[in-house]
Amino acid sequence: MIEVKHLVKTYGDKHAVADISFKANDGEILGFLGPNGAGKSTTMNILTGYLSSTSGEASINGHDILEDPIAAKKEIGYLPEFPPLYLDMTVREYLYFVYELKGCRLPRNTHLKEICELVKIDNVFDRRINNLSKGYKQRVGLAQALVGNPNVLILDEPTVGLDPKQIIEIRTLIKKLGKNHTVILSSHILSEVQAVCDRIVVINQGRIVADDTADNLSRELTADHKLIARIDGPKDEVIKLVQTIPGVVSIVADMQREKGVWEYNIEAVEGTDIRRELNRRLMSRNWYILGLRSSELSLEDIFLKLTMGESVTEFLADKADDLEEHYKEESK
Amino acid sequence: MTAILKRETRAYFDSLIGYIFLTAFFAGSGILFSVSSLQFGSTDMSGMYSGLFYILLVLIPILTMRTLSEEKRQKTDQLLLTAPVSIPSLVLGKFFAAMLIYSIGVCMTLVYAVVVSFYGVVSWLTVLGNVVGLLLLGAAYVAVGMLISSLTENQVIAAIGGFACMLALFLISAIASIIPVPWIANILTNLSFGERYSPFTYGVFDFSNVLFFVSATVIFLFLTIRVIERRRWS
Repeated sequence: MIEVKHLVKTYGDKHAVADISFKANDGEILGFLGPNGAGKSTTMNILTGYLSSTSGEASINGHDILEDPIAAKKEIGYLPEFPPLYLDMTVREYLYFVYELKGCRLPRNTHLKEICELVKIDNVFDRRINNLSKGYKQRVGLAQALVGNPNVLILDEPTVGLDPKQIIEIRTLIKKLGKNHTVILSSHILSEVQAVCDRIVVINQGRIVADDTADNLSRELTADHKLIARIDGPKDEVIKLVQTIPGVVSIVADMQREKGVWEYNIEAVEGTDIRRELNRRLMSRNWYILGLRSSELSLEDIFLKLTMGESVTEFLADKADDLEEHYKEESK
Repeated sequence: MTAILKRETRAYFDSLIGYIFLTAFFAGSGILFSVSSLQFGSTDMSGMYSGLFYILLVLIPILTMRTLSEEKRQKTDQLLLTAPVSIPSLVLGKFFAAMLIYSIGVCMTLVYAVVVSFYGVVSWLTVLGNVVGLLLLGAAYVAVGMLISSLTENQVIAAIGGFACMLALFLISAIASIIPVPWIANILTNLSFGERYSPFTYGVFDFSNVLFFVSATVIFLFLTIRVIERRRWS
């Protein structure tokens, strides 16, 4: 378990990390999401004891990283942003060194062989690290973190520089590891944390702006009463018709997608479902719905908005205002 | 510590620095030995030992320049500092690795003594005293070099900085000689590495000089540890 309380790190008068608190439970994969320079790496460096915090506490499985650094570090496998590799060593020499450095007691050859098979570097075991591709170097870095089978894995952007196939492999691997390790991984790619993590902590400018499960995060921002419909029919008449549906607040023609087919943003009173009524009325005029979806915000939207310093509620209010304004302009 | 000691020792021979250091050391001591002992048919090797002092000024920085600077540049310090290893044992591992290479060089001077012993009587106690002196001097120099290396990410700066510092420690006695205030001059003379080392080459084994070099080594290693610790807090 990783526990972080009111962590602050300042460089001069710049706050790299400003009061971060979170908790990662055993067997949980926690995603650290934020733009570059948000403080992800700094937080991870503090957690692993590479940097010290200006104030606040961080503990790994009950061992405070400042009070009892050796015990805390024993619990951690860390893959920094740049894999810390000795380029003039072979993978074998390097992993043997890490094995000794960590004072590992597991049977060396079988343990390292398992790790190499897990991260698929057994075929380059005797090659110099300098001659390996970026993808392999990254995986050697990951192998290094796994040596000694630590309970907690801290991975700083583990998939950077890998090709799509390798990314999927590493993600699968992390998911697998997450079953019996506590994993914190950072990324600035949403789809990645969404695919791998149980919980997401969004961090921006050294502060946590959201901390929830991936599903909750998007559910919170879903708007079921707002629809985006692609309708085949004369634009003005469609608008008039839809406005007569009880509960509809506004309809705005967004843009023509195909010839004679427009996409409309329809907003109804919150909590009302107008999809069936919409269908029926359009059918009676022989106009067709070619596409219908609720205007759910993608995590991308959420992320961009959150990291621009707005809270979720502010953002939703903004979105509603935008729509209203848009509608006013349209009606003029 | 042993893991670091082993890796560092290997690295010296993987990266040519070990070979370059030993080659230069053997060449330097060999030339001094030929000029001061063989040339005169003398078994007195003090000329070589006192001459080595100057050669070490240049050679030790080469030995220590990459110890800590390169770790920082390659970001491998992140591996070392997040491993369950204390900073003192990390610094000591690197220190002993450098000392191991250095000792191989120093042992070479014993070979010269053995060669001379075939042709005359060698004062083994003097030679032993000289070897101990040379090791102590080297330890202090290596500690200074590591301190400089911990301050920069650049090997060249580490080498030149190390050389400058060792030169300064050597030149203290020259500065002392022009200072008119006797007690300041006295302190400076006592701090000079040169003044402390030369008695060994005369065959005088003064325990205070041994203590001086041991303390200097400890102080500079301690400062190195502090520099690495401080970096976490900055």
